[in-house]
Amino acid sequence: MKKKILFGTLIGIAAVGSIIFAADHIDAPAVTGTGNVSLGTDITDVYAFQSPADNNNMVFVINTQGLLSPSASATAKFPENTLYELNIDNTGDNVEDMVIQLLVRNGKVRAYGPVAPAAPGTGSIVVANAPYAEASVTSYASGSPVVGTSTKGVKVFAGPRDDPFFFDLKRFKEIIAGTATKFHDGTAEDPATDAFAGTNVMSLVVEVPKSMLGSASSINVWAESKSK
Amino acid sequence: MLRINNKISFSFLITAALFMASCKKDHGNNNGGDSFDTSGVFTQQDQMGRPAINTVFVGADRKNEFNMTTPSAMSAAFKADFLAKLSAFGYTQNALGQNADAFGGLLVTDVLNAKLSGKTTFFDGTNVLTGRDLADDVIDTELLLIFGGSTGASNPGLTSDHINSNDKAFLTTFPYLASPF
Repeated sequence: MKKKILFGTLIGIAAVGSIIFAADHIDAPAVTGTGNVSLGTDITDVYAFQSPADNNNMVFVINTQGLLSPSASATAKFPENTLYELNIDNTGDNVEDMVIQLLVRNGKVRAYGPVAPAAPGTGSIVVANAPYAEASVTSYASGSPVVGTSTKGVKVFAGPRDDPFFFDLKRFKEIIAGTATKFHDGTAEDPATDAFAGTNVMSLVVEVPKSMLGSASSINVWAESKSK
Repeated sequence: MLRINNKISFSFLITAALFMASCKKDHGNNNGGDSFDTSGVFTQQDQMGRPAINTVFVGADRKNEFNMTTPSAMSAAFKADFLAKLSAFGYTQNALGQNADAFGGLLVTDVLNAKLSGKTTFFDGTNVLTGRDLADDVIDTELLLIFGGSTGASNPGLTSDHINSNDKAFLTTFPYLASPF
């Protein structure tokens, strides 16, 4: 009985069936192109973790343009009219105290900051007098990632990467559609399938000395895409 | 009506101020002989903190709006929607001991919490919401918290998708994400 109720409510959320459930891949109409294409403004995932290579640093990842096939990855580009902004709140009020602003121009990426924004909120200008890290955008064909480092020790990378997100999206959609009542067991008899296996994203990665993030013990982080 | 007018003039003022500041900044930049174009006012298109929040908890008619709402304003604008969705899921309490109001109140402000010392993970069995690592199985964590009930044992068929890791090994050096397929 309980299952039945739950099952019914899952069908109830099938109203969003045209939108694929994923991390944040094509999460809204404004960032979804014709044929459910993830646009350059579509943020698919955000990560924030202590650097595996240096405990004194934090790493921030903004992934965009999800579900790229290898052939699509070879020609994918970061739109030059779009600012990718990593927002950092270190006072606990969920308003950004610092931003890292990433822009791509003529095959180069720059990461400005972390620096106080000109103004918080949904409209941004680039704090162009802030120190920045710069690197060439790594091409799909490149065998190794191109990394730029600022005078302040901030590292930047931009280019195609394997999508680190994993999820049995197909099975979830079947549950939503009411043609399945549970996930696959992940066994040889009942295998689960990662819908993001073999797909790429356009990634922006920065590594920042923790000393540049203020003295708080924890921060709140979110990413934004902004266009002009 | 008054409220609408206030809103329009307020946003106009912000745009005008940003534009003026932008012109000023450009000037400084050009003087430096730097051809990297940083000009203009950039307007929000998408935003994200925790995985799958907008996709799961916000109705189709408000998804664009959620992406345009600053995190500090999300709770006032969307908390009722989140509580309604949790109720539709049959939610009463999760393994963290949070009732619907507490859990919905946490999720609705879509920011990723990250500690600046120690382990950074979405959930590793011990640490909860101290960051998000590449290898974190965030979908299982969210399924467990939404469907697993107060012990995590409820609805066992819905609390894991049984995809537990990425299809490619991560790098030990920057930028850590694996090369593309």
